[in-house]
Amino acid sequence: MSKKIGDVILDLQNISLRFGGVKALTDISFNVREHEIRAIIGPNGAGKSSMLNVINGVYHPQEGKIFWHGNERKKMEPHMAAQQNIARTFQNIALFKGMSVLDNIMTGRITKMKANFIEHALWFGRAKKEELEHRKKVEEVIDFLEIQHIRKTPVGRLPYGLQKRVELGRALAAEPSMLLLDEPMAGMNVEEKQDMCRFILDVNDQFGTTIVLIEHDMGVVMDISDRVVVLDYGKKIGDGVPDEVKNNEDVIKAYLGAGH
Amino acid sequence: MEFFFEVLIGGLLSGVMYALVALGFVLIYKASGVFNFAQGAMVYLAALSVVGIMEWGAPLWLAVILAFAVMTAFGIGTEKFVLRKLVNQPPIALFMATIGLTFFIEGLAPMIFGSDPRALDIGIVDEPIPYILENWNMVISKFDLVAAGVASVLVATLALFFQYTRIGRALRAVADDHQAALSIGIPLQHIWAIVWGVAGFVALVAGMMWGARNGVQFALTFTALKALPVLILGGFTSVPGAIVGGLIIGASEKLAEIYIPPVMQDLFGGNFGGIEGWFPYVLALLFLLVRPEGLFGEKHIDRV
Amino acid sequence: MLYREAGQFKTSYAADQQLFPIRQDRIGLVLLLAVAFFGIPLFASEYWFSAILIPFLIFALAALGLNILTGYAGQLSLGTAAFMAVGAYAAYNFQLRVEGMPILVSFICAGLTAAGVGILFGLPSLRIKGFYLAVATLAAQFFIVWCLTKFPWLSNNSSSGVISAHNINILGYAFDTPRDKYLLVLAIVALMALAAKNMVRSSTGRAWMAVRDMDVAASVIGIRLMHTKLLAFAVSSFYCGVAGALYAYCYLGSVEPDGFSLDMSFRILFMVIVGGVGSILGSFLGAGFILLLPIFLDITLPFVADLFGLPFSSATVSHIQIMVFGALIMFFLIVEPHGLARLWQIAKEKLRLWPFPH
Ligand SMILES: Nc1ncnc2c1ncn2[C@@H]1O[C@H](COP(=O)(O)OP(=O)(O)OP(=O)(O)O)[C@@H](O)[C@H]1O
Ligand SMILES: [Mg+2]
Repeated sequence: MSKKIGDVILDLQNISLRFGGVKALTDISFNVREHEIRAIIGPNGAGKSSMLNVINGVYHPQEGKIFWHGNERKKMEPHMAAQQNIARTFQNIALFKGMSVLDNIMTGRITKMKANFIEHALWFGRAKKEELEHRKKVEEVIDFLEIQHIRKTPVGRLPYGLQKRVELGRALAAEPSMLLLDEPMAGMNVEEKQDMCRFILDVNDQFGTTIVLIEHDMGVVMDISDRVVVLDYGKKIGDGVPDEVKNNEDVIKAYLGAGH
Repeated sequence: MEFFFEVLIGGLLSGVMYALVALGFVLIYKASGVFNFAQGAMVYLAALSVVGIMEWGAPLWLAVILAFAVMTAFGIGTEKFVLRKLVNQPPIALFMATIGLTFFIEGLAPMIFGSDPRALDIGIVDEPIPYILENWNMVISKFDLVAAGVASVLVATLALFFQYTRIGRALRAVADDHQAALSIGIPLQHIWAIVWGVAGFVALVAGMMWGARNGVQFALTFTALKALPVLILGGFTSVPGAIVGGLIIGASEKLAEIYIPPVMQDLFGGNFGGIEGWFPYVLALLFLLVRPEGLFGEKHIDRV
Repeated sequence: MLYREAGQFKTSYAADQQLFPIRQDRIGLVLLLAVAFFGIPLFASEYWFSAILIPFLIFALAALGLNILTGYAGQLSLGTAAFMAVGAYAAYNFQLRVEGMPILVSFICAGLTAAGVGILFGLPSLRIKGFYLAVATLAAQFFIVWCLTKFPWLSNNSSSGVISAHNINILGYAFDTPRDKYLLVLAIVALMALAAKNMVRSSTGRAWMAVRDMDVAASVIGIRLMHTKLLAFAVSSFYCGVAGALYAYCYLGSVEPDGFSLDMSFRILFMVIVGGVGSILGSFLGAGFILLLPIFLDITLPFVADLFGLPFSSATVSHIQIMVFGALIMFFLIVEPHGLARLWQIAKEKLRLWPFPH
């Protein structure tokens, strides 16, 4: 794999996050470089999902600083992260159950649509034109993910693996510069995992999207990621390229201790 | 100043009754996650059952026992035929189902027992307590005091029952996790039946107290509905919250009813009575803006 | 002519995204509108206009308003009738106090006033969900009705807040017969239903549904929750406000605040549940169903009672009505949570496959 990895675009410094008495994250620092695939691993409850939630503003850490393209970020709401081109998927599928695949993915483009509700109601001005333009983009995503046949299906009726794929589609529709994936392959069979890996690599490759990925499957992680952060009980216990991490003693201990 | 305290105390006493009804909500909510809008209608059904059965010739004690049987049967029926069928639906669907249940009760109860307002005599007179009237020059109704006393005892009993009995603990466990509750060894169905029985009992006591005070009539449902803002103030899952919330709502609505209208009248002319009808709701709404988790609820951050 | 979409291939996204993609639906709708605008006025009696068709359309509009809020945006409201009241009283006051304001402009202003009030009572939705919000909307229900009763200015000092609608005159034509009023209401409701359909099929509607289905995911995608929820409250209240104005001006002629009761709010909620949560068509089906049911029971119940020789009073009829309403709601929630609209859709799908069911 010969790709250009760029400068640090996201830098987290000394992040601590608590829920009441529970320390989800303790004094964690790491960074993400442009165009890389950065994995976060760790046993259950280590704080991986919380980390992603901090990155895109769903959780607000009590301590620590976050720099985005070199600028310190003030307290941020999730929708602002979206405006800064950060998209994500969720550990427990968070699709819009009442909507079709097409509508779910169309929703992913919402920050790019400018018509207001009056234009929509009267169906004039930008309303119609925009719907068509964005539909075209969405169809590209649908082609990319090979889900043409389920376009009009309500997402609730889809099998788990396809739902995960649609969720990725919704995130991709936003044409993100950074993509946060929370266990995109959990609960999939081998074939589905292979497909998903291929999509992730293609996205990274074709669009240069920076990817932060949480995954339990060590094989996959070591295979596709450029650098890996390891968390355990909310603390960082390892950080580096896959080979380094694999041989890190703390990491080995944490994984054996957690019964993996 | 005496007058202020008179109003305040009167309000607190009626607040105990709100707390009691609110506790009925909390019980069901904790044990089954159902927000039972029909609690107010259940109060009406209970009161109407008592007077209705008495009209058929039964003495008070028998009527109360029979009414309790009615309430329990009704609760178990509701659980079995409605709520159990909705277990996998979103909470809001269950909530709407209890609105349907409200209508069902409000049609059924008067159809069986008649709809004209009636008095209910449970043997306590509604007159000022002479001792307080003489020494402090305040009118505090004997009836209100007794009602509040009964309600307090019941509230305390329920709170203890929740905290310290095996079933009580099981009830709390179900709310958190149905699987965990199963492992305690009490079937969910039993737990729900017990909860609805208890909620029916609470409705019965509240219905009799209010019915005896204000007459048994449809307006009871509106009185009992005020347990909802109480819950918002107290937090839906907190027993102490229901109690404190009840007291706050009871006292503040009475004070508002006395002290706001004259001010409004000076400003706008006209008659501004009837503030009691909305005050608890608006208070709850304002409160929500400031502290959505309630007085005793915990701040909750959605997990994703 | 069967209900088939075979052979109707979409060759462009535009064709796929039009209002009614299936040709038979388009034809059906045009026919329906033609009958409503031209057929019915020829045949219907005054009773039909003023006791059935006009209230049907007005309640369908209110249900549509509530459906936007509850069905599409997922915010439950128990104060619909109060927002209608705001509309009715606002229209009255604009007519009364603004010299020469055209009646249609008053209706729009009535909707806007209701929208403002709706936003105010929607504010808690930013911090709470589900039944918490439902309780908060009860505050709107009780407080608004109280205000309209108690502030004499709002009803031009009439006793207990009763107001009488002004005559309706548009561009010199007086709408005074039930038939005229029916046509006016029909036109307004049809236009607003079209606008609603347009909103829900575009990104406005998708934002609402996203917030309804999974609000955290919605915000992560870039949807501003505050903006989206308050917009839903505003648009919904606008619809309810216009419905309220029409209720006063084209249906009853004179209204009092107590008429816009909690019971009425519930009935409108029932229309949404029975008709179909999150369906424009459902709002109409539900309104028709909930309005016709009592009439149906009024006719059939005494007959049934007679058959079994039971004693019967009008009070009993009304109690049975209320019971049936309640039972129906529970029934629909259990058996068909998507209501009549879903049943209609299933029927269409069956028809599409007929006569080969597989
Ligand atoms: N919204 C929340 N409220 C309260 N506690 C939370 C919340 N989110 C996470 N936690 C707690 O923070 C800790 C870390 O959770 P997190 O979900 O980040 O772990 P994780 O590494 O993603 O685990 P898993 O592999 O199971 O997904 C856990 O103890 C969890 O209970
Ligand atoms: Mg996780």
